[in-house]
Amino acid sequence: MDDTIVGKVYVVGDNIDTDQIIPAEYLSLVPTIPQEYQQLGTYALRGLPADQYPQRLMEPESVRSDYTVIIAGRNFGCGSSREHAPIALGAAGIRIVIAESFARIFFRNCVATGELYPIESQYRLCDDFRTGDRVEVNLTASQLRTDGSVAMFPLKPLGEVEEVVAAGGLFAYARRKGWVQQPAVVS
Amino acid sequence: MKMTLTEKILARASEVSHVIPGDSAMVSVDILMTHDVCGPGTIGVFKREFGEDARVWDPEKLVIIPDHYIFTSDSRSNRNVDILREFVADQGVRYFYDVIDDGGVWRFDPNKSLALPQYGEQYAGVCHIALPEKGHTRPGEVLVGTDSHTCTAGAFGEFATGIGNTDAAFVMGTGRILLRIPETMYFRLVGELSGGVMAKDIILHIIGDIGFDGATYKAMQFGGEGVAAMSMEDRMTVANMGVEAGAKNAVFEADARTHAFVDAAAQANGTVRPYETIEPDVGARYVYESTVDLSSLEPTVAMHPDPSQRTTAHACRDVKLDRAYIGSCTGGKTGDFEAFARVVRGKRVVIDTFGVPATPQVVRELKATENGGRSAWDVLVEAGVNMTVSAGCAACLGGPSDTFGRLNEPLSCISTTNRNFPGRMGHPDARIHLASPYTVAASALAGHIADPRDYLE
Ligand code: SF4
Repeated sequence: MDDTIVGKVYVVGDNIDTDQIIPAEYLSLVPTIPQEYQQLGTYALRGLPADQYPQRLMEPESVRSDYTVIIAGRNFGCGSSREHAPIALGAAGIRIVIAESFARIFFRNCVATGELYPIESQYRLCDDFRTGDRVEVNLTASQLRTDGSVAMFPLKPLGEVEEVVAAGGLFAYARRKGWVQQPAVVS
Repeated sequence: MKMTLTEKILARASEVSHVIPGDSAMVSVDILMTHDVCGPGTIGVFKREFGEDARVWDPEKLVIIPDHYIFTSDSRSNRNVDILREFVADQGVRYFYDVIDDGGVWRFDPNKSLALPQYGEQYAGVCHIALPEKGHTRPGEVLVGTDSHTCTAGAFGEFATGIGNTDAAFVMGTGRILLRIPETMYFRLVGELSGGVMAKDIILHIIGDIGFDGATYKAMQFGGEGVAAMSMEDRMTVANMGVEAGAKNAVFEADARTHAFVDAAAQANGTVRPYETIEPDVGARYVYESTVDLSSLEPTVAMHPDPSQRTTAHACRDVKLDRAYIGSCTGGKTGDFEAFARVVRGKRVVIDTFGVPATPQVVRELKATENGGRSAWDVLVEAGVNMTVSAGCAACLGGPSDTFGRLNEPLSCISTTNRNFPGRMGHPDARIHLASPYTVAASALAGHIADPRDYLE
């Protein structure tokens, strides 16, 4: 497993619900259809109010975000059970969301799809970081630090589910465990 | 080892003598529900992982209910229903509540009148209301669905929770799901609601107390002598919004009323299947306990922008409104519309007011109930409510831009639905306030938030 993630952060506040992550009007996109998967990425975080978030996660027309890490406050991903939400972020190029806390279904969907690492921070970080800051996340050591700085911010270890994300999601993990016999389709 | 209701249900479903919170359990699923928004993606994962020719674990236990983006000319939404139809035909799924009766291709015609149903006999409307109506909810069982409000079915004494496409695809192939046993919070309901106060006020009150993440990862269990007087619809309203406090599931202890409802629905729909009710152990451990005196509750409002922004209708009565909305799995049931009609009977709403029954059965019941010669439907229409027979989710979650009742502008709206985060009903700058059907009706008459007790005789 590649246990270090380096990149720019995009910072959001509390209660970012699934409608803000991927607005309902785009839910007719089916994530397992490859073009539609990619399209979901272009709409990631499209529902954030423009006045509070003038810098957008996705530039218009781009399929890949400049950001790799999201830092959030409480209850990130609350609302619907739509798997479109972690998938939109993953398709946009986000690899990890670090939040003070997560809503349950979103957390579970991150793990099941293997799209993102949902990591809780020990302390609230969204007030200390600014969109565009460069960070380095070390998953093994459960630490976050600003690029070039020595100050470490402790993260909560993901525990047993880290293995599921690292394997590439529920099915890859289930095959390893022998719960699913069918071999993976290689695409 | 004493267990809570949720622990006991999950222990039985995973064939172990007991479970404790924090344990992981491989749980057998009794019903898997999916709909038009998440069904196609679930089917996609199922085929990718189990193979193109894979079979569903049990075609009798999969229930597919198109309900979200139905009455729209958005072609991709219409295509998604086609994907469901094809899968059902292929797999021999028995319980598919298709929009049309004769197979073929479903396309919505926006030029037809709102009064003409564009659906056939099988169509069932909003999944969480259709599940019990069609007899798919039973005490003691495990029901999972690709929708966060699947927790509604906990009203019937079962474990019910929302899951994503990947988990659902795993269930489709194996009939099982790996679950972490949640801790349980216990809410003892005592007393009876006073006039002008409804079940919606109970849950808005509780969410205000514990916060939008107050029950995250946990089970909410409702009991106490106050439950007896609550109708099944009331219990559904409360369980429905458990997820707005972050809960994994919300569950009521089953009683005689539960059994009567469940048995009648199963009889009427040919879905009879034996079930075994489970009761919580006396002396079970709860991580949180509180008593809610129903008689002390007032008409309650959750202000924009999240369901925990609690206040009373009286305290915010000056908030100006542009729109009122009644509908959804929370507030679009027969009893919700009847309550609304009680307030607006013989009066006129002064702001745009939209009414979307949750299911075709609700439409039929509203048109049938005679009260002084007028059906509830007539009362609503005469009061100026824009009623549609196109039962479904409609503007509860915004949807495609031609969705009935959608907030296409930054309006201030009061609604009987369950979520009011920015953008939920369409426009990202619209303001949504959540309240009971009584409060929404009174507010529609006033043009600002109003206390329904001032409008009820
Ligand atoms: S009515 Fe609203 S909350 Fe209920 S299932 Fe439909 S979209 Fe979801």
